[in-house]
Amino acid sequence: MPPNRFNGFTDYGVGIGLRIPHYQHILSRRPVVDWFEIISENYMVDGGRPLEILNQILEQYRVIQHGVSMYFGSAEPLNREHLKRLKTLVRRTGTRWLSDHLCWGSVDGRYTHDLLPMPYTWEAVEVTAQKIRQVQDFVEVPVVVENVSSYTEFHVSEMTEWEFLTEVVERADCGILLDVNNIYVSSKNHSFDPFTYVNFVPTHRVAQIHIAGHSKFEKYILDTHDHPVLPAVWRLYARAIERCGPTATLLEWDDNIPTFDEVHAEALKATKFLKTASEASSESMATAGYPTLVREADGVGGIVSGVDQ
Amino acid sequence: MSARPPETPACPTLIREADRVGEGGNLLDIQRRMAAAVMHPLTRAETMPRRRRDGASNRAEAEAIIRPNDRLTSFERLEIYNRQYWFRLYGCFEEDFPGLQAILGRVQFDALMRAYLADCPSQSFTLRNLGSRLESWLGEHPEYIQPHVTLALDMVRLEWAHIEVFDSEEKPRLSAKNLAAVNENSTLSLQPYLRLLALSYPVEDLLLQVRNEDGSSTSSTNNASAARKRKHVRHFAALQPKPIWLAVHRLDNTVWYKPIAQEEFRLLSSLCNGQTLGQAIEAAFTDSPLSEDQRAAFLQEAFASWSMLAWFTQPPRSRGAGESHA
Repeated sequence: MPPNRFNGFTDYGVGIGLRIPHYQHILSRRPVVDWFEIISENYMVDGGRPLEILNQILEQYRVIQHGVSMYFGSAEPLNREHLKRLKTLVRRTGTRWLSDHLCWGSVDGRYTHDLLPMPYTWEAVEVTAQKIRQVQDFVEVPVVVENVSSYTEFHVSEMTEWEFLTEVVERADCGILLDVNNIYVSSKNHSFDPFTYVNFVPTHRVAQIHIAGHSKFEKYILDTHDHPVLPAVWRLYARAIERCGPTATLLEWDDNIPTFDEVHAEALKATKFLKTASEASSESMATAGYPTLVREADGVGGIVSGVDQ
Repeated sequence: MSARPPETPACPTLIREADRVGEGGNLLDIQRRMAAAVMHPLTRAETMPRRRRDGASNRAEAEAIIRPNDRLTSFERLEIYNRQYWFRLYGCFEEDFPGLQAILGRVQFDALMRAYLADCPSQSFTLRNLGSRLESWLGEHPEYIQPHVTLALDMVRLEWAHIEVFDSEEKPRLSAKNLAAVNENSTLSLQPYLRLLALSYPVEDLLLQVRNEDGSSTSSTNNASAARKRKHVRHFAALQPKPIWLAVHRLDNTVWYKPIAQEEFRLLSSLCNGQTLGQAIEAAFTDSPLSEDQRAAFLQEAFASWSMLAWFTQPPRSRGAGESHA
């Protein structure tokens, strides 16, 4: 079921990324938004405006942390300073889960600040899973890993990306942030069927889903997060929701950012898919005689009704 | 699931099997090789160079680790990451140092940026620290800021201080009771967000003008804005250098530039270095033209101002008994 141990047994609905151009609108208008996703690194600071804004957001909204530089797949050890700052922020936000990418990006203490693709090898599975476990133990909240979009493949790869993802999350016992836009982008760049990927993912580990826009170039697709979600990605999302059930969904829009209302409206297009999945899920559970969960936003969290068996 | 061999590349390659990274590879080796390619400087045309500075072939290296597809060669696939890396760093660096860019102009700034980022790649998980080594690097490479070496260095100091002040810690201010108990043997702690700069040019005025131009310009007014920036720079570069002291601080989460007197600079710097108040005052007035009466009034006014700005903070709790600390 969508509320699972990897997302703190929550049902968060549809959120959007908290971005600087929207600060003023959000703090002055207080729009109704299910939740915001923050880039952890932007708030892993000691003081000043970033934390002041975050505190104001936290007074009104639920916030989930999303990182971009933990680099679970880097061969070098974890950065202790990074971990300490991350844990401090986790305590501040009360994030119910913590996401970062299934990638690497640093080596020998030098950072590329990019989400570089993994070679899909068994060695990489072991290294990555071990580091995810270390992070999870340290921060004491569920860790979920996001599949990245990529433009290269390695000769040494011994399995497909979806097999690699599955092997890592099973060994790390962590959740998945399934980015269906990234799957679509990579499928075009590497010529695979994106539905094969979505159909393979262990649904019981999917804690959250990302949707976003991308840009098409002559010979490849770039994950630019500067467009509305394209129809092909919505179709992939529909399939993911069909398999996973109603899952916390977030729209990423990081460049050429339009007004808050435009971004939010685009994100809310996901609602119809979630509603359909929710109805199907309720019917399925009622038939099976399971209790049902309600969203925290409805005012009462947890199990509220059961069906006599 | 069982491991399976890599799919046959859709596009045949010329590389010999023996040149490839071995079966299963070595994660650290692959990451080092890819990072070396990704972080290698681009050509002037912003493409990945065929040959690296050490003479190694990027094409051969790409073919050794990257699988081609039916549209892109190994080199072209690796080049996507090489370009992304540099464009990301360029964007961040330009955003952090608009004042330096205004002083040097586009071409000279680009040359500096490429050289600095190649010599000093990021060693932090956050891009916030990208420019942390710029001042010291320029000390070893003044050729990149000729003929405005002093003006440019002043600007770099100010722009880096701005970055640090923006998100540094704010500690609780010193209570009135503790402040009243201060004596010449006291040591005083200052806010972590306070930076003290000794400059030769009023670069804070130039930076504010540059930021105003950047904030007001649109694509249709970019040329006019750039011309005004050049005019501002010419004006400041023509000034006679003279000692200027500046406190960069934060108030209501906004960064401020506060001109201060030399005596204030010396006193605050001494306190920052852990000297007692008595020692700091002595340092402040060494060679000062102020009379004794003027010094008393000066201190009263300065401390009132600094207290109002909450620059003094509560002492750390761990200090040992017997030490005098306000």
